[in-house]
Amino acid sequence: MNKRQAVVEVKDVSIGFSSKVIQRHLDFEVYEGEIFVILGGSGCGKSTLLKSIIGLYQPLYGDISLQGMSIKNSQNDIQAYRNILKEIGVMYQGGALLGSLTLAENIALPLHEHTNLNTEEIASLVSVKLALVNLHGFELAMPSELSGGMRKRAAIARALALNPGLLFLDEPSAGLDPILSSELDHLLIKINKNLATTMIIVSHELASIKAIAERVIVLDQDGQGIIEQGPPGHLAEYSKVPYVRHFFHRQPHFSFEA
Amino acid sequence: MSFTFPEYVHNKNVGFILRDFQQDFSRINPCRVYVDFQQTKSFNDFGVLVLTEIKKKTHQANGKLVLRNLSQEVQDILDLVQFSTLPEEVSDLSQKRLPKITIRTGEAFFKCLYDMKKMIFFVGEVFFASLVLIKNPRKLRYNDVIYYMQRVGVDALPIVALISLLLGLIMAFMSSAQLEQFGANIYVASLVSLAMIKELGPIMTCILVSGRSGSAFASEIGSMKISEEVDALTTMGFDTTIFLVMPKIVAAVIVVPLLVVFSDIFAIAGGLIIGVSMLDLTIHSYIHQTMTSLTILDFGLGLLKSMFFALIIAWIGAFRGFQTEGGAQEVGQATTSAVVSSIFLIIVVDSLIAVMLRYWN
Repeated sequence: MNKRQAVVEVKDVSIGFSSKVIQRHLDFEVYEGEIFVILGGSGCGKSTLLKSIIGLYQPLYGDISLQGMSIKNSQNDIQAYRNILKEIGVMYQGGALLGSLTLAENIALPLHEHTNLNTEEIASLVSVKLALVNLHGFELAMPSELSGGMRKRAAIARALALNPGLLFLDEPSAGLDPILSSELDHLLIKINKNLATTMIIVSHELASIKAIAERVIVLDQDGQGIIEQGPPGHLAEYSKVPYVRHFFHRQPHFSFEA
Repeated sequence: MSFTFPEYVHNKNVGFILRDFQQDFSRINPCRVYVDFQQTKSFNDFGVLVLTEIKKKTHQANGKLVLRNLSQEVQDILDLVQFSTLPEEVSDLSQKRLPKITIRTGEAFFKCLYDMKKMIFFVGEVFFASLVLIKNPRKLRYNDVIYYMQRVGVDALPIVALISLLLGLIMAFMSSAQLEQFGANIYVASLVSLAMIKELGPIMTCILVSGRSGSAFASEIGSMKISEEVDALTTMGFDTTIFLVMPKIVAAVIVVPLLVVFSDIFAIAGGLIIGVSMLDLTIHSYIHQTMTSLTILDFGLGLLKSMFFALIIAWIGAFRGFQTEGGAQEVGQATTSAVVSSIFLIIVVDSLIAVMLRYWN
């Protein structure tokens, strides 16, 4: 696995905000073509880590390189950073579709901005993208008219608009029913295999993690960094850290013993 | 002292049980308290409360607590709440934990500095975005510009017209009482037109626009920020200043001067109504007096000022929106803050312009 090229390198990074460090000493790499999952209890900074990798938050310490570009330099070379952003797709937790635009317009936004396709070509590409996430026929719907799950799928379609090489997904299957959730897993695996898309996913859904993840990292509840990393099946059975085993087996971690 | 734990403890009897125990305890003042659970049929967290109070009293008197006939059910619940390690002294819930005044002052000072830094950054961002748009005008989202022109301008027209008309009426009415004494009725026309066109027209219109649209800009961008839409735009490679801020600024700078023109016209009409109906002036003489007291420079200056004010309103609205972090409460704060700061800045800038013009003349 190490022979593959690293698309994301996180080097001794501390994340958080000026008043509060959320996680420290994070050190890992994500390799090309991998499905990589960031795991951890609620509120341990998974989404903040994801946003720090994308460059929306600056790390407090250390450096992150995204497709070879240091996030620290992104402020100085905005154009190079924007070019990298064209190569990545992000699906946010709540979907983050623009409320004033229809689904089709939402998906067409990056296409209008970054391709030289004409309006008709963009329209047919948009319907292909929507069909990919099983939302064919909802082109003219406004995001507020959709259910939470539909919004998530539409957001995935938008993230996939430019066929990015690197896809970030923040809790993609949370709030979906088991069937939709497993369909989404299959979709992600298909995209990963056929389009060679590297994926970095923040997730809580154990079934989904086991089904799709090649490698996971587990973040410490107390902000001390990565407590475990490896393939999910292996960690579930053989991890030396009790918290990780409890996590994978959906067991309570604290005991009721007085 | 022996205390028989009751059959049931619930919210209605817990107070009486505690009072009874406390009375007995202070009467006897024992060195050992035996709590017997023989009769207890059901045990819950109110029971835990009673037991905690007994434990506290006993320990305060340096006594010893002995539990007897503990059933498995009671033991399970005590384990669940970790009774043995439960603190006896609890903090006062009514006292909010507030940091010291020095810390709060320091924090407020640094927040203020940080705000100013951000504000200057944002001025720079808007400036550079304008340069980009001048170089490449196709990047501006014209549909959004038209949408905001309608929101800021057309939708505000009725209220601006009504308020200006009333303002003209009031000014003419109030000044006529004084001017009539000197037979200077005709100067009501000069007063209304000069005051409105030079000062009140731009200020009143911009205060209204700030309340209507500045707040809307702040809440719109603020809620987009909270729902991660701003982040999504950034990661799609968009310049959020060009995408979200510039259409608002361009629209406001175009339509606010037009609103001011309407405001001027309606205020003059208001003065005219009073002049004709109460001061025996003819329509012709009123309009003639208005035209002679005004210069094109006064009119142009009013419009130029209103363009500045429009820039301030859209810029502050967007800035406060981008500053929003957290939830719905912060969107409300951003909205309020956008209106307050833009009205404040409008008046400051207006005063500066007035002083500058005075020395320039």
